[in-house]
Amino acid sequence: MAVVLILVILAIGSVVFHVFSPWWWTPIASNWSYIDNTITITFWITGFVFVAVVLFVAYCVLRFRHRPGNRAAYEPENKKLEVWLASITAVGVAAMLAPGLFVWNQFVTVPADATEVEVVGQQWLWSFRLPGANAKLGTSESRAIGDGNALGVNTNDPNGLDDIIIEGGELHLPVGKPVKMLLRSIDVLHDFYVPEFRAKMDMVPGSVTYFWFTPTRTGSFEVLCAELCGTGHPQMRGTVVVDTEADYQTWLQEQQTFTQLLAASKEQQQTAIASSASSTK
Amino acid sequence: MVDIRSGASEAIPLAEVEDVELYHPKSWWTHYVFSQDAKIIAIQYSMTAIAIGMVALVLSWLMRLQLGFPGTFDFIDADHYYQFITMHGMIMVIYLLTALFLGGFGNYLIPLMIGARDMVFPYANMLSYWLYLLAVLVLVSGFFLPGGPTGAGWTLYPPQAILSGTPGGQDWGILVMLFSLILFIIGFTMGGLNYVVTVLQARARGMTLMRMPLTIWGIFTATVMALLAFPALFVACVMMLFDRLLGTSFFMPAIVEMGQQLQQSGGSPIMFQHLFWFFGHPEVYIVALPAFGIVSDLISTHARKNIFGYRMMVWAIVIIGALSFVVWAHHMYVSGMNPKFGFFFATTTLIIAVPTAIKVYNWVLTLWRGDIHLTLPMLFALAFIVTFVNGGLTGLFLGNVVVDVPLSDTMFVVAHFHMVMGVAPIMVVFGAIYHWYPKITGRMLNEAMGQIHFWVTFLGAYLIFFPMHYLGLLGIPRRYHELGETAFIPESAHTLNMFISVMALIVGAAQILFLFNLAWSLKRGKPSGGNPWRATTLEWQTPQTPPAHGNWGNELPVVYRWAYDYSVPGAAEDFIPQNQPGLGMPTRETAS
Repeated sequence: MAVVLILVILAIGSVVFHVFSPWWWTPIASNWSYIDNTITITFWITGFVFVAVVLFVAYCVLRFRHRPGNRAAYEPENKKLEVWLASITAVGVAAMLAPGLFVWNQFVTVPADATEVEVVGQQWLWSFRLPGANAKLGTSESRAIGDGNALGVNTNDPNGLDDIIIEGGELHLPVGKPVKMLLRSIDVLHDFYVPEFRAKMDMVPGSVTYFWFTPTRTGSFEVLCAELCGTGHPQMRGTVVVDTEADYQTWLQEQQTFTQLLAASKEQQQTAIASSASSTK
Repeated sequence: MVDIRSGASEAIPLAEVEDVELYHPKSWWTHYVFSQDAKIIAIQYSMTAIAIGMVALVLSWLMRLQLGFPGTFDFIDADHYYQFITMHGMIMVIYLLTALFLGGFGNYLIPLMIGARDMVFPYANMLSYWLYLLAVLVLVSGFFLPGGPTGAGWTLYPPQAILSGTPGGQDWGILVMLFSLILFIIGFTMGGLNYVVTVLQARARGMTLMRMPLTIWGIFTATVMALLAFPALFVACVMMLFDRLLGTSFFMPAIVEMGQQLQQSGGSPIMFQHLFWFFGHPEVYIVALPAFGIVSDLISTHARKNIFGYRMMVWAIVIIGALSFVVWAHHMYVSGMNPKFGFFFATTTLIIAVPTAIKVYNWVLTLWRGDIHLTLPMLFALAFIVTFVNGGLTGLFLGNVVVDVPLSDTMFVVAHFHMVMGVAPIMVVFGAIYHWYPKITGRMLNEAMGQIHFWVTFLGAYLIFFPMHYLGLLGIPRRYHELGETAFIPESAHTLNMFISVMALIVGAAQILFLFNLAWSLKRGKPSGGNPWRATTLEWQTPQTPPAHGNWGNELPVVYRWAYDYSVPGAAEDFIPQNQPGLGMPTRETAS
């Protein structure tokens, strides 16, 4: 009898826990509320099945537990019942899969007007690159990484010279405009993860991955790394600030372009050479 | 038409193959140490697996101490934490569960349940165990070598697994891990071929495939899968060793590590993930299918009722096994592979839910109108149903590609796979040990200790892993040795982490009681007799308990019926052993 009681408490307790749990998803800040809706549908279907199965087991234990003189029924198969159950299951599965694939199609179809923004991961730091005046990101390769060029932008690609580069700082995005996040890593796997945006994707050295979303509310959001990247993994944090258009433009004007960074680094080198030359005299 | 009904015993043709002569041990060493008897090998496999499993249990304690009480324990720094989770995961999946289900239960049960004298290649079977032991020792050596074991996570994803930012990446850790896996796979292949050939070649007369107990179907299918899946891991390990030792670039693109340009270029980190999960997903079912099979037999025996829908159960096992080879990339939805793959892999993954659900229905329908004895094996079987249904259903979240995007790499995943391939199969392992211990030792396990062990383990494990899903839903990533100050994580999440850690300590402690019971009952357990559960399958019909070398005395058993003739109408008893002709009534045939 204790078994029956505990099974019933377990089934109902799980539902109560679900309803009253203070641990729930963060308030969404992107267009992917479809994903939240699909999760909700899945919770309803799976929750129903879980409670039904556990309560059925509890009922069986209550009703058919051994008593002296009892004998079990003998019923090897029941084709009709088996076909029914399989069909209902298939319908339930389809009810979850169909909206899932529908939303996935949206997830992988990047809108034509999405602005490209590059995120570069390295142990254990986030950097960002935005297209400059020509609205195009220059090409990049990790072999080009060197002084003044931490992200490996190709110096001989004119598209890259006006790119805006943010090393280890905050990324700002304008609210309400779709962005395509181009994801790159220069060392190991990382994963650009902002819980409020719902979307995430691994960053793989040697290739460029992506996802897209539209920020739907302003605010400051913490970036975490969601793919184990070595000892400093939990400390790899960054910030995305979603601004109004005006605030965004103000911030954008303050950032440095690739050309400026290259020049600054050259200047630094020259002063270093000059000072070392003067010290040897 | 397959004959599964009772009483349909027919004339069994004479043996076409002569009984074989076994290798007979000549000394204590060849009897108990370098034994070629599958039953001894099974016990060696099991004891080694449980021993290394205890290491994994202690590691889980240490990691839970860190997560529940971050900063309290100085000796658990980031490096150690990652080493603990890596070793815990690898040990549990490969060196405990795979080894115990196939090497342990497979070796003990296959020959006995199909009516064979032993495995068909006893010498290779012995080698299989010694290679397994060597693999375990090489694995453990990581703890004592400079730099310690690898901390790359059990998935060992390159490039980080072989770079200096990861513990053991440029030291011995990753090397011994890869060597150990290679040894394990070589050893497993010897054992695995044995299990497959034995099931196909050495069944007793009358034991058709469709009369085999589901335990054997589960172990057999899992072994076939493992023989096909492990080679992918094998080549991945060899390639990664080359990348690490010889400077090849199988998985290494051009990389700038801490400001240094590395020499390698052109390799693909995602290729490793494909190889790993081509093995890794079938691996889930390599653990699950033996559990499915065993739990079917536990439920049937202890509910005194035939398993419901036997043929459907067999086909479900085979279909799940086959489908599990085309779902692997559902572990990689956010890996950066072409996102269009998501459509295919989400569809195949959710299709697998149908045969799996059929199995669940058939288990609970076996209980329906049964005569349920709430023995310890039955209790563990019920706990399996609850935890497996729970863990299986959360798989429908993660398999549905778009739902996986926010949840992947969070604690939701950790909770899901622990529930479905940790807790649920381990419930079956316990149920199976309580069930077969009397056959192995001739004594029953202590009931009182067993009850405490059961309730603490079942409810404790549920309380650990059910709430954990909600931490993942909140967005807490996995593999963080400390959460630090994170804006979206409320204080209450830390409280929940503390609760989970305390539960983990308690559940772990209950396993010590279980081990004590195993030792204590060896001498002091109640004598069980040959067939304490009044079960139908052949292993309970041996002339001696524990079964002697060669299992069957002078005469091999002859099988007349399927494995599930419980409560047959008109039969004298509520069970009819597989090797008994007729209904157990004095009929003309048996009386004459």
